[in-house]
Amino acid sequence: MERDKNFILGIFDDEDILKDAVKEIRGAGIKIHDVFSPYPVHGLDEELGYKRSRLPIAAFLFGLLGTTLALVMQYYMMRFDWPMIIGGKDYAAFPDFIPVTFELTVLVAAFGMVGVFMISSNLKPWGQPRIFDLRSTDDKHVMAIDIANNGSIEMDTIKGALKNSGATEINSKSFE
Amino acid sequence: MQVTSPVRDPLITGGKTYKDVTNDIARHVEGKPTKGWLLGLAVSLAALLLGTLALAATLWEGIGMWGLNKTVGWAWDITNFVWWVGIGHAGTLISAVLLLFRQKWRTSINRAAEAMTIFAVICAAVFPLIHMGRPWIGAIWALPLPNTYGSLWVNFNSPLLWDVFAISTYFSVSLVFWYIGLIPDFATIRDRATGIRNTIYGALSFGWDGSAKTWMRYESVSLILAGLATPLVLSVHTIVSFDFATSVIPGWHTTIFPPYFVAGAIFSGFAMVLTLMIVTRKVFKLEDYITMGHIELMNIVIIITGSIVGIAYITEFFIAWYSGVAAEQYAFVNRMFGPYWWAYWSMMTCNVISPQLFWFKKIRTSIVATFILSLVVNIGMWFERFVIIVTSLHRDYLPSSWVMFYPTITDVGVYLFTFGFFFTAFLLFAKFFPVINMAEIKAVLKSSSEKITK
Repeated sequence: MERDKNFILGIFDDEDILKDAVKEIRGAGIKIHDVFSPYPVHGLDEELGYKRSRLPIAAFLFGLLGTTLALVMQYYMMRFDWPMIIGGKDYAAFPDFIPVTFELTVLVAAFGMVGVFMISSNLKPWGQPRIFDLRSTDDKHVMAIDIANNGSIEMDTIKGALKNSGATEINSKSFE
Repeated sequence: MQVTSPVRDPLITGGKTYKDVTNDIARHVEGKPTKGWLLGLAVSLAALLLGTLALAATLWEGIGMWGLNKTVGWAWDITNFVWWVGIGHAGTLISAVLLLFRQKWRTSINRAAEAMTIFAVICAAVFPLIHMGRPWIGAIWALPLPNTYGSLWVNFNSPLLWDVFAISTYFSVSLVFWYIGLIPDFATIRDRATGIRNTIYGALSFGWDGSAKTWMRYESVSLILAGLATPLVLSVHTIVSFDFATSVIPGWHTTIFPPYFVAGAIFSGFAMVLTLMIVTRKVFKLEDYITMGHIELMNIVIIITGSIVGIAYITEFFIAWYSGVAAEQYAFVNRMFGPYWWAYWSMMTCNVISPQLFWFKKIRTSIVATFILSLVVNIGMWFERFVIIVTSLHRDYLPSSWVMFYPTITDVGVYLFTFGFFFTAFLLFAKFFPVINMAEIKAVLKSSSEKITK
């Protein structure tokens, strides 16, 4: 996949100005490539039109898998593979299996969900992110607008829209 | 947009800007280590080294090196285990339970508290591991692995096995929760650094870029992990208490144990967080982030959980009397007035009486008083476990086998080993990792900093 190369960047100082700016710019028909922030901004995802994350569903399914694995494992080992009477209880002492089942549910749900998060967000130790502006992990919000993706819109229109919506700086950035 | 009531104290004082937050916290990671830090590390490493000798003696000679005898088969090892696990409860409670309750004050302390949790759980795990005698083949005994005996599986009816699952799940989920929170902050340090530091923090930050979609998923992951970790925290000490409660030893065989142990764990965990944070905020000059308000709130948690623990002690006594079982009644009278009366009354003084001092606003807003009381609480909580374990065992069903327990130098040494490890790990964390969650502080800055509130 060929990556986009030329961007206009709008730098914002404040999260509320940023959110209004996203609304205005999208309203003007300009496509936003991405917004980079030093911290989570509540409501920004809705302004950008992102759908709700499906990670909770993944977590639930992984949890279900954990519960199933734990119960199958314990029943197989204690009831079928080597049945033993322990403390005068039934071979399959269901209440005794609950603690381990609970722990494995949590374990598989947590690791499964985090794994999906890592993969979907492309997080890996050897990952080399494209950094638009170093200050986006410090104190500034950086809105990146892809020039090629907004082909018919004039550069000056985009810059004007950024300025009007409260960007404190407007830069351009090109990647090799 | 979140609204903060004007009567509520600001969470972050000193009129900090986003830039100040980054500078104040990243400074410690980037600067040269201070003299105080090096001294602390030297002392911790010395303790670790001395302790390693005791640990080596235990592994070489076997657990006969400890003071255990045929009546008291569990003593310092399990006391220390439960004590460390208890301490390890505050971190995940702060980051998970307080996240679900939307308590924004947790953002200043959750990172360090979680680090403390992880190190405390490692310290705790040392004891059951070495108690196996030959821990290098312990995996076969503790985990459901196929083996040449049939396979003879582990016993899923045993609370000791539940403990294996509970502690390892708690450890690994806490570690993941902690690390996910660290990723954005590592990226901040990466973007400020050059050369080798840039490479190392670049790898640690997993290529984080802070895009809106990643943040959205991050928030979702944090919330679900908090939801999973909340019952997990409560389950861990519940299961630890099952080690005793499901047995038939008078003094252990009580249904009150799970909630009582969980309250005690939170109680001791918060005390340890206070001990560490009071020193950290002073040394790293973080008074604007960990304010008196934070200390006071943690002290209030200590009053509540300390009172629950106090009520549990009294209830236990009442039920022992009310049960009409002579052995049960004797076990409790023996605790109070038997040869271990001093341990019992130390526990009562440190855990029941001393936290009640926090009802006075002067005491709960005094740094010195809080620091002293936080140490007192943890001494008391160690005695609680010692009282429950040793006094219930040392006078068993045959008076001819009644004995006292005397710890050996190896017992002391292994305990010292865990202290050495704990403080070494915490000091390394405080130097090389951002001690406060920068991203989360920035997220609450606009609604809760002094500048905005006024």
